Amino acid sequence: MQKAHDLKEYREELRESLDNDFLRTTLDNFAVAYRAGRANAFKGMDVRGLISDIAASKDAAAAEADALFAEFKANAEAAGIHVHFAKDGDEANAIIAKIAKDTGCKKIVKSKSMTAEETLLNHDLEAEGLEVTETDLGEWIIQLRHEGPSHMVMPAIHLSRFQVGDLFTEVTGKKQDSEIEKLVKVARRELRQKYIDADMGITGANFAVAETGGIGLVTNEGNARLVSTLPRVHVALMGIDKLLPKLHDALRILKVLPRNATGQQITSYVTWITGANECLAAEDGKKEIHYVVLDNGRSELVKDPLFSQVNRCVRCGACANVCPVYRLVGGHKMGHIYIGAIGLILTYFFHGKDKAKNLVQNCINCEACKDICAGGIDLPRLIKEIHARIMEEDGSPLPQKLLGTVLKNRKLFHTLLRTAKWGQKPVAEGDGFIRHLPMIFSKEHSFRALPAIAKTPFRDWWKENRPYVDKPKYRVALFSGCVQDFVYPEQMQAAVKVFADNDVEMDYPEAQSCCGLPVQMMGEMKASKDVAAQNLKAFNTDAYDYIITLCASCASHLKHNYPKLVMDKPGLKLKADAFSEKIIDYSSFVNDVLKVKKSDFNESGGKATYHAPCHLCRGLDVHDAPRQLIEKGGMEYVECAEEEVCCGFGGSFSMKFPELSSELLRKKLDNVEATGADVLLTDCPGCVMQLRGGLKKRGSWIKVRHVAEVLADNKK
Amino acid sequence: MSSKEALVEKFIEKAELVSAKVTTLANEDEAMEYVLDLCGKKEACQLLASGCGEAISDEAEALCDAKQKKVIAAPALKKELYKKLSAKAKKAGFECIDKGMREHLAGIDIGFTAAEYGVADTGTLMVDCPSEELRLATMVSEFHVCMLPKSSIRANTYAVEKMMLTRMRKTPNYMAFITGASRTADIERVLALGVHGPLELHILLLED
Ligand code: SF4
Ligand code: SF4
Repeated sequence: MQKAHDLKEYREELRESLDNDFLRTTLDNFAVAYRAGRANAFKGMDVRGLISDIAASKDAAAAEADALFAEFKANAEAAGIHVHFAKDGDEANAIIAKIAKDTGCKKIVKSKSMTAEETLLNHDLEAEGLEVTETDLGEWIIQLRHEGPSHMVMPAIHLSRFQVGDLFTEVTGKKQDSEIEKLVKVARRELRQKYIDADMGITGANFAVAETGGIGLVTNEGNARLVSTLPRVHVALMGIDKLLPKLHDALRILKVLPRNATGQQITSYVTWITGANECLAAEDGKKEIHYVVLDNGRSELVKDPLFSQVNRCVRCGACANVCPVYRLVGGHKMGHIYIGAIGLILTYFFHGKDKAKNLVQNCINCEACKDICAGGIDLPRLIKEIHARIMEEDGSPLPQKLLGTVLKNRKLFHTLLRTAKWGQKPVAEGDGFIRHLPMIFSKEHSFRALPAIAKTPFRDWWKENRPYVDKPKYRVALFSGCVQDFVYPEQMQAAVKVFADNDVEMDYPEAQSCCGLPVQMMGEMKASKDVAAQNLKAFNTDAYDYIITLCASCASHLKHNYPKLVMDKPGLKLKADAFSEKIIDYSSFVNDVLKVKKSDFNESGGKATYHAPCHLCRGLDVHDAPRQLIEKGGMEYVECAEEEVCCGFGGSFSMKFPELSSELLRKKLDNVEATGADVLLTDCPGCVMQLRGGLKKRGSWIKVRHVAEVLADNKK
Repeated sequence: MSSKEALVEKFIEKAELVSAKVTTLANEDEAMEYVLDLCGKKEACQLLASGCGEAISDEAEALCDAKQKKVIAAPALKKELYKKLSAKAKKAGFECIDKGMREHLAGIDIGFTAAEYGVADTGTLMVDCPSEELRLATMVSEFHVCMLPKSSIRANTYAVEKMMLTRMRKTPNYMAFITGASRTADIERVLALGVHGPLELHILLLED
């Protein structure tokens, strides 16, 4: 649970997780095994198609939630089930407590329900003097430890067998060893007795099927079957987001849910309960069943044009499984009750701004969660939007506000960068790095060296050196982004050389400025919109076949976010759509459009490995082009482990959370060094900055370069 | 290979992937023999596997005393087959029951049931169990043995959707997809079978 009051306290909490070796190793192993397991489970299936079908069907269900609830309720009641509606968590808990009282129930067994976690149901029931036992093994363990879940599907993933052994020793009053098989058997025996004693069973529901009035439960342990069979009263608590029109919609989700959650084709048990079932412990032989359908802000959420997609979440937990930040710090620090990417969002809506305000900053925007989400939710975008909303309410911190103001004024911004060049002079080394960290950075930032500002920005070089192209094949505009303009102009120059040789006529619109992603990352939406509008005006889109950028982050931001940022300005929106269509990254342009050949380049030999920038591989879905270019460009490509995992840069993220950034970088560089390559290539100046700075600190022999530079060097 | 054979093969492959033990037999009589044989071979103190041998609390321990004899539960078997089974079981010294499952919550050795359908692409059994006795037989048994006629195997869940709906509309209904044994990976992500339900799932494919 999130307890920190401010970012400083939150960072201290994160530090604790970073120091927890067991947690780190477990999450690392899990992240790697999960990826392989999932890929295997989905082999031969059209995953994208399935996910977009799920998104469409969940959206449709959300749009008619009221009608679906009415249908569900009517069918359920006709089959002898009592249906309740709860507007918030307190009301849901009160309804359930009253059911217990009315039916004279004292002892309750529960099977896992995130919704009950959300309402803190156990807490309220215990306050009423009821005994509640969680029966899902992981849930039982954390209940005994008085903790919240640290993963949606594996709630006790943060604990070792030794911790569980000690816990069970306490619980049974007998010494336990730490063999997992045995611990599981102990739990089986202990919990069996609880089922026998219980008079009420509480479950969640994964599906609420309107056409039958029944529910579906997805479990591996089978506890939901016992919980819904043995006690004479059964209560199922579910959010309105679980409503689906047809059984078919549920079966479709079932194809993805277990595969995405744990890489299983299906869970051991899927239980379909329709109507008041036989119960031999009840006087009339019939079970008393209650459905409690919870709103708790969901119906408001569904009305929001942007956030309605949150309703598509099927609680598979995959967004945590792939999140590099979750992998470092675990669920207790990457969420309040719901964890991972979706947790950051739901925390804001279900548990409020105070619980969410630190959490939402802890997203590096790598898009891994978006890429894997079973409902196709644009999670990083929603996280940023919440960050922006919170800041709108609370006011931005001063330095951030300043940056926003500066970015909005291109001339001022560029003047500052030029002045910085003189300011750094006494500390800049000949090798392009700053020798000492400037005062604004504290010691935690020393995990990487920082680059010096270049002598001549690209825009000045361009004025003198713009190549003349006779009989152009393509007309393109260059978008440099600030880093390549002012820090690494040689990357742009390298691109210009190869383009000119391939009959590409180039233009560099001078009024272009920073793409605006950095301020958007900080949640400064207003500044981000202003910058977008400026850049759109700077480019005469119609005059070009393509607009090329060598920065993956710029490319993905320009392509995907610009049309959204100017949505409320119809004139600009049209322009943004056309602009977005023309955006292309360097590797795709050179490999797929220019179709350069191996014979165009000299063999320089040497082994090169590759780091796939998040915004290239996931943001733009570009995978093969850069790797093919490395081979064509005369180098031997050696694959690096976890090539598509974030390097930890994330722009302002690495400033806010240097400890996390440095850990991500360490892993990345370990993998890179293990390849034995002499050169590390990538497609994004931000990544170059992070990777080069880290390798410099390590004193490594490996050179970091943009793919464009190698091609320019080896061009025949 | 005919499409029917292909389905059967796929079903077997997928079921075995989740550690179900699949055997092909000629008919129900052979299935019955299989169950008797399995019950005989099961360890004398068969409950050991499910936790009685562990250091458990006194309350949980008391539950074990309730069980004295090996028990086969077959609450939904056809009358005739059940008669035959129960006679043979008695001879072998096992208790055979078709009701009163709640008296045996410490555990029964074998739950002997039949599935309505099999789903090939995941190796899943579809067992409709509105009767509480049948439901418990599939849950509190150490080994669940389930018969499935080969002709009842379908390609995927969409192919059983209509059948499911028909059954669900005759409320009350309680239906299960069962795929492999009860499992957990909640401690250190290490897979352990039989956490609440059966430790083993035996699927008997019957020729028809
Ligand atoms: S964008 Fe990346 S860092 Fe942010 S929540 Fe998603 S996976 Fe985690
Ligand atoms: S947001 Fe997507 S990935 Fe995350 S739990 Fe929900 S459905 Fe799964």
